[in-house]
Amino acid sequence: MTVQDSSSPSARAPITRKKIHGHVGFSNLPNQIRRKSVKDGFQLTVMVVGESGLGKSTMINTLFDSPIYAPREPLHPAADRPKTIAIESTQAVIEENGVRLRLTVVDTPGFGDFVNNAPSCNPILENIEQRFDAYLSQEHRVRRANLVDTRIHACIYFIQPTGHALKQIDIEFMRHLHHRVNLIPVIAKADTMNDDEIADFKERILSDLEFNGIQIFQAPMYEDDDEESLAEADEIARAIPFAVVGATQRVRTRDGRKVRGRAYPWGVVEVDNPAHCDFGKLRQMLVRTNLEDLREYTNEVLFERWRTEKLLAMGYTQDASVFAEFDPAERLQEDRIVHEAKLAKLEASMKEVFREKVEIQERKLKQSEVELYGRHKEIKDQLNKQWEELVKKKAQLEGAMSSPDASRKKTFRG
Amino acid sequence: MTEEIRAESYVGFDSITQQIEHKLLKRGFQFNVILVGQTGLGKSTLINTIFASHLVDSKGRFTSDEPVRQTTEIQAVSHVIVENGVKLRLNIVDTPGYGDQVNNENCWDPIVKYIKDQHSAYLRKELTAMRDRYIQDTRIHCCLYFINPTGHSLRPIDVIVMKKLSEVVNVVPVIAKSDSLTPDERESFKEKIREELVYHNIRLYPFDTDEDDQEEVAVNEAIRAKVPFAIVGSDTSVIIDGKSVRGRKNRWGVVNVENKEHCEFMDLRDFLTRTHLQDLIETTAQIHYEAFRSKQLLALKEGVNQRPAQ
Repeated sequence: MTVQDSSSPSARAPITRKKIHGHVGFSNLPNQIRRKSVKDGFQLTVMVVGESGLGKSTMINTLFDSPIYAPREPLHPAADRPKTIAIESTQAVIEENGVRLRLTVVDTPGFGDFVNNAPSCNPILENIEQRFDAYLSQEHRVRRANLVDTRIHACIYFIQPTGHALKQIDIEFMRHLHHRVNLIPVIAKADTMNDDEIADFKERILSDLEFNGIQIFQAPMYEDDDEESLAEADEIARAIPFAVVGATQRVRTRDGRKVRGRAYPWGVVEVDNPAHCDFGKLRQMLVRTNLEDLREYTNEVLFERWRTEKLLAMGYTQDASVFAEFDPAERLQEDRIVHEAKLAKLEASMKEVFREKVEIQERKLKQSEVELYGRHKEIKDQLNKQWEELVKKKAQLEGAMSSPDASRKKTFRG
Repeated sequence: MTEEIRAESYVGFDSITQQIEHKLLKRGFQFNVILVGQTGLGKSTLINTIFASHLVDSKGRFTSDEPVRQTTEIQAVSHVIVENGVKLRLNIVDTPGYGDQVNNENCWDPIVKYIKDQHSAYLRKELTAMRDRYIQDTRIHCCLYFINPTGHSLRPIDVIVMKKLSEVVNVVPVIAKSDSLTPDERESFKEKIREELVYHNIRLYPFDTDEDDQEEVAVNEAIRAKVPFAIVGSDTSVIIDGKSVRGRKNRWGVVNVENKEHCEFMDLRDFLTRTHLQDLIETTAQIHYEAFRSKQLLALKEGVNQRPAQ
């Protein structure tokens, strides 16, 4: 037990705010950090999950305005179709204004496409946990210079625009994965619904998520941001799940503008128009505002949760003493006390041993004493007996000698 | 070839068509249709749009505490609609729960069983000693199969179920909610679907028989070129150019369900009601029912033959 010394320097001294008179220069720190991170570049790993045909590849291409996914060749009917879900990873490096983003997109073709989709969740969960494992073993390395972070920072889940509520497969998937990855549900192909239908649908989805206890990614709100950012963040948060439309091609609208969108006979859906769909909000959240938040949450909450569970399962126990504050004098004191206690214990145990040995010797000696005494008595008895016998014999012989005549004749016969 | 004789004066037997019509008008017509497709593809809305009346309600899950259906249910509603003195008894069979679970194996069994049961019931009524003069026909005349507008290809479950259904009923595939496909995407999707249907040997309505004449063959070809119909359904009306039409209004435009450039709803409606209604009923009786009947009677005969042999 440690002794809390109230006079030690680490007893909580109040933190005082000092005013500086003059320019020191540490306000340049954010710029230094910025320069360094721009040099290093950023990493983002995103997983996209959803039934085929919901526009996942198009959405990724639209988000980053680059042809990350080539249009998939349609399979010939006679071609072999895969029997299980596959996990495919695509990497791209995109640069904007000198900032490099290393983007990895993990696709899950085959999800929800089979007649029996029950085994589809497991490969995905395994893949996520595998990435956590890889990072964990890197942390344990002797040299940890270049940590490569392949953990999934966000999982965009595409919901089919039925207009009713979540499907069974949606609920099952999200329930299995929400504690391991940041879930961002989006309503795919939202240009098939009008405003009222979308509003109702979103409400029902949120109600379903709540009912099933599914946690989706919440962008953190910073209180010391300015009003405008707060309002924007609030608007974004209220639009989840985002109703998105993806389009990489540029089309001409009725009033002559060239925009990214889809051209129908009855009008043009503009991807970048916030009145038409929530694509802008998704991009804002994923790329512009909360990219770092996603990464942080993955690292600090999701990964730590995984790590704790794994280590506990492996048999490590929590050592609470590592959290004590480190003060050298106190530590020395503690060490001394511990050492003294150890010595005292050693002494006591040695005394114990000595006492025991003495006892044993005493017992032994007592036993031999008794034995000797016994033998002594025996011998004495024997001697007494012999003495009595000799006395008897002497008496006999004396009796025989006192009557010699009577016995001479008898004795000389023969 | 028997010779055609022309009578010398007007006899009047050409009024037989009117006599038949009169009889039929009194009796009314019966049309049974079954809707097969995942929840949320607009099946109920489409039927309401085709017959321009609110006939069925959507059977989706709208509240969180409502449980997801674990099997495919069969729900039939009956309506009578009258137009110009012609009475149509409409039987609409919905299949909520189809394709909604995570594991959808054998989710089509209740549907196939239901269709066969209707054939079976009709056969039994036909075979009884004392028959009704006019047997009530509950056999399914048409199956509308709703395809998800993925834009890629058919799913494995679509292929399996359409194959099974095409053996017992007239299957008419439609692409649901096709307002999510641009005209180019729609065309390539239809091409892909047609290719897959041919590859998997799925026999869709209309069937070509040897007795069809040139005209009928041409009509069938025209239909086959349009199948699957890319449709949009709507319960609500919008005003376009002063006229009230069924449609869907968005921020970027108005989808007019009745506009042939927007979707093929009019083609489907004409096909189902204006041109091929009678043919669907007849094909069910002459092809599907007959096939079922012969199989059943053969099996019965086998059963009877086996018993004395035992």
